[in-house]
Amino acid sequence: MAAIRCSGLVKRYADVVAVAGLELTVAAGECFGLLGPNGAGKTTTIEILEGLTEPDAGDVELLGMRWGGGGAGGAADRALRERLGIQLQETQLADKLTVAETVRLFRSFYTSSHSVDEVLALVELEEKRGAWVGKLSGGQKQRLAVACALVSRPELLFLDEPTTGLDPQSRRQLWEVIRRFRAAGGTVLLTTHYMEEAERLCDRVAIMDHGKVIALGTPRELIASLGAEHVVEFALVDGAGRVPAPEELAALPGVQAVRPGPDRTALTVAAVHLAVPALLGLLERRGAELSMLATHHATLEDVFVSLTGRQLRDA
Amino acid sequence: MRDRPLVQLTLARMREFYREPEAIFWVFGFPLVLAFALGIAFRNRGPGELKIGVLRAPGDSVIAAALDRSPALAAAVLDSGEARTQFRTGRIALLVVPGDPLVYRYDSTRTESRLARLEADEALQRARGRPDVASVRDERVTEPGSRYIDFLIPGLLGMNLMGSGLWGVGFSVVQARTKKLLKRFMATPMRRSHYLLSFILSRLLFLFLEIAALVGFGWLMFGVAVRGSFGALALITVLGALSFAGLGMLVASRARTIEAVSGLMNLVMLPMWILSGTFFSYSRFPDAMQPFVKALPLTALNDALRAVMIDGTGLVRLGAPLAIVAGWGAVSVGVALKIFRWR
Ligand SMILES: Nc1ncnc2c1ncn2[C@@H]1O[C@H](COP(=O)(O)OP(=O)(O)OP(=O)(O)O)[C@@H](O)[C@H]1O
Ligand SMILES: [Mg+2]
Repeated sequence: MAAIRCSGLVKRYADVVAVAGLELTVAAGECFGLLGPNGAGKTTTIEILEGLTEPDAGDVELLGMRWGGGGAGGAADRALRERLGIQLQETQLADKLTVAETVRLFRSFYTSSHSVDEVLALVELEEKRGAWVGKLSGGQKQRLAVACALVSRPELLFLDEPTTGLDPQSRRQLWEVIRRFRAAGGTVLLTTHYMEEAERLCDRVAIMDHGKVIALGTPRELIASLGAEHVVEFALVDGAGRVPAPEELAALPGVQAVRPGPDRTALTVAAVHLAVPALLGLLERRGAELSMLATHHATLEDVFVSLTGRQLRDA
Repeated sequence: MRDRPLVQLTLARMREFYREPEAIFWVFGFPLVLAFALGIAFRNRGPGELKIGVLRAPGDSVIAAALDRSPALAAAVLDSGEARTQFRTGRIALLVVPGDPLVYRYDSTRTESRLARLEADEALQRARGRPDVASVRDERVTEPGSRYIDFLIPGLLGMNLMGSGLWGVGFSVVQARTKKLLKRFMATPMRRSHYLLSFILSRLLFLFLEIAALVGFGWLMFGVAVRGSFGALALITVLGALSFAGLGMLVASRARTIEAVSGLMNLVMLPMWILSGTFFSYSRFPDAMQPFVKALPLTALNDALRAVMIDGTGLVRLGAPLAIVAGWGAVSVGVALKIFRWR
């Protein structure tokens, strides 16, 4: 049975279509990532799934149930909420309560739950037990928000940008929390801006733009869809020699695609050892001088750029 | 073991309140400061010596001496320039211009001046030989319950119930809404009724401290007694607190920002601060306004509180004001539940 199934989701605000006919299926036990630039509609989508935002059209099914059964705020909805763990992008928990008091408050809403100590151990916040929420660091607050989502022993966990603004170490800690939750059989739907996070954590990702899914698959599949595993980026010193035309670059051995950008040109490349010497030779013949040359393994970021022509982070 | 959601929500409310020193001051400290300051400033000490000016002219010293002989008056001889400024600034209540006839110059709309005119005339007529025709005897009493502080304490109690009800509920709800905490709660199986009830419960628990502080202070500091039963007082304050908590819920039901709710709150409270007879009797307002003034919840609450504290009236005779207070509360809660914005 699918943990999440939705189809035809539409949500319009005054002047934007935040979600434009979205289709998703997330299998039980899967970790699914929603990826996209600011304003892509990730939060709107996840909040519709969570039953917090009313869609203009479309159908949502979670764990075989639908929202609004038995009236809004009714018993059926509460029964479904018992099985979900939710972390919202913007929630600020009460500053003047301690970590333990906050978890205990959330815990009290559920019939079955972890103890306060268990869940604080899960997110490694034990030593902050008695600290006021207002005095926590950003990363600690995020972990507390995740603790409040986990306290109910959910079957399905929704995380909206759980690691935004965290340092690499805190981010890794949170990944560990999510992995452990999955290892115990949980299903996760998360949104993120971080490609690395999606690649490491998610079984499948959907790349969103302008309220639509523009690509869907495992991170491997999506990267493979570029047709090459490497990206070579270079930039030239202004005014030195003649800049090669995209067609010339595309004709180089091993090059699959060319993406000229404002400050640099990116080549999707199947074989770096063939493409780079050929590129250098071409530039030398043109009298052009490199100011930058870099290569990396293709990422989801490159997938997004190749699909939209924009960078993900500042699209 | 499972925690009870209502208990945890109420505890959270109370913790958030008592961990906020400013809130403690406004709820507990401020009314006491106000009671103390006003109680001292307006203590009943009579009008004191009335200052009277005598214009510098032939015969002024005889007149001044005659006035000074009266214990209620203090006279000073003044040049016309001085006399004009002192008269205008209210430092003298009356100016006597020597001559025949004697002229009393005063503002007849000022109680003090009219009193000064009577006293001065009495002193001068007697000095010129007017006999008393009837024999009289003065009996002086001060009635506890008739002082300004006796009037003030119940009013402050009512005002405090209004303020903490509106702020306590309105502010927290809107803050939870702007911080998306309300939305986060909606993402749990929490019952909405528990959330709203937690405000009522924490209000009731703090209420007893509020009343004890203010009534105790009035009693210890100024000897303000509660003539009626404490049971009746408790019942009225509980009703008042519930009603204003309901009004707070209504004010907060849709506002999305703290600024918006603050504006609404002041819009609701300001007229009542002025009109509802907290600091002075609302009977001073024109007759045409009386029905409106009397329909306000704070007016009704203040009336009921004063009836119990000052007159010792029993609950049975307070049906009308209590019905007004309860009615406002019930209607507010009813409307608030209909239009409440839960996210
Ligand atoms: N309450 C609202 N009223 C009006 N417009 C809204 C509202 N919520 C979202 N939008 C608009 O809908 C679009 C999608 O917003 P959404 O928050 O879903 O994006 P997102 O993908 O979560 O972005 P981010 O990465 O910045 O969190 C945006 O253009 C946003 O301005
Ligand atoms: Mg978002």
